[in-house]
Amino acid sequence: MHSIGYRANALLTFAVTILALMCAIVSLSDNLNSPSPAAQVQVLNINWFQKKPDGDDEVSLTLNISSNLQSLFTWNTKQVFVFVAAEYETSKNALNQVSLWDGIIPSKEHAKFWIHTTNKYRFVDQGSNLRGRDFNLTLHWHVMPKTGKMFADKIVMSGYRLPEAYR
Amino acid sequence: MTQAEKKGSKTQERQSSLFIISALSPKVSALVSVGRFFTRKDSEKKRTHSKGKKMGWIGDQIDSIKSLQFRQVLAQAVSLGMIVTSALIIWKGLMCVTGSESPVVVVLSGSMEPGFKRGDILFLHMSNDPIRAGEIVVFNVDGREIPIVHRVIKVHEHQDTGEVDVLTKGDNNFGDDRLLYAHGQLWLHRHHIMGRAVGFLPYVGWVTIIMTEKPIIKYILIGALGLLVITSKE
Repeated sequence: MHSIGYRANALLTFAVTILALMCAIVSLSDNLNSPSPAAQVQVLNINWFQKKPDGDDEVSLTLNISSNLQSLFTWNTKQVFVFVAAEYETSKNALNQVSLWDGIIPSKEHAKFWIHTTNKYRFVDQGSNLRGRDFNLTLHWHVMPKTGKMFADKIVMSGYRLPEAYR
Repeated sequence: MTQAEKKGSKTQERQSSLFIISALSPKVSALVSVGRFFTRKDSEKKRTHSKGKKMGWIGDQIDSIKSLQFRQVLAQAVSLGMIVTSALIIWKGLMCVTGSESPVVVVLSGSMEPGFKRGDILFLHMSNDPIRAGEIVVFNVDGREIPIVHRVIKVHEHQDTGEVDVLTKGDNNFGDDRLLYAHGQLWLHRHHIMGRAVGFLPYVGWVTIIMTEKPIIKYILIGALGLLVITSKE
């Protein structure tokens, strides 16, 4: 009854249970944090806007993205994945979301950032519906914890418009 | 063995059996802590030997010991069956609650680093909410048996049918997943997606990875389990 085997077994069960409980509590502690993020995206330039040979429209933009996501970080945060997506509606599709740029923020110091970039991923429509199209730019973030529940949210910035003609 | 002794040793076996079974199957690998349910206080009483060795009664004694052993083997088998069944019940229950075919998955590749490393486990949930950009989804490509965990980067939802075309990409990959899809497939649809990742535990999935890649360890553990079952009768 007091052999090493039994003792190791009891110890292991207890340790694993306590570990699981600790992970759950750590994850719950994330709810205490109330974030207040801020973001701003400017479209500096439409580099080109063409219809591809297969019939789909494509746009290349230069964006200026500035944001302060420091309030999202808690002791349980491993990284924050942030991306900017263009959202728009066409007659064919009720909703289109196209990710233009994404980045990984590994720590709180890097969470206040400013970046000037062309779109990392191609902004391609399903069809040829982008001329004169109004679209929103949303900054989404996805908080990935060291353990537990993941949180995601976004800021929607509207009022952007694509040109009426190809260039 | 006294009654309390028997109970004490049985619970210990149950705990260790549950651990080993939960680590063996990739499906059950997240249920390690269930062993707690079976923990009870150990008894401090000494063992008492009940074997007699009187000459001339050996025949009767051997018969009684044999019958006792057979019943004990049956009892052990039944309790083992109960553990396996309860693990299965919990697994199926989780499937119902989360709405996903596979509520817990192990990350096998490094395509989502540094967020998810190889050996982490993900908790999935599937609801009827529409799929939106930024969600981490687990999907099956036709022709590939292992599901893939990547993030959605493009969504096109059709007006009339409500169907979605989805494009995914691993955070650590350079290009999107069109190379991974079936030949000629450009978009994923809702029926390919098994669930959204909502929670995450680091390192726990290594047990399953080791079991799958080095089956020797699986056999050793099964052997140890069997040995534990047999030797604990004494």
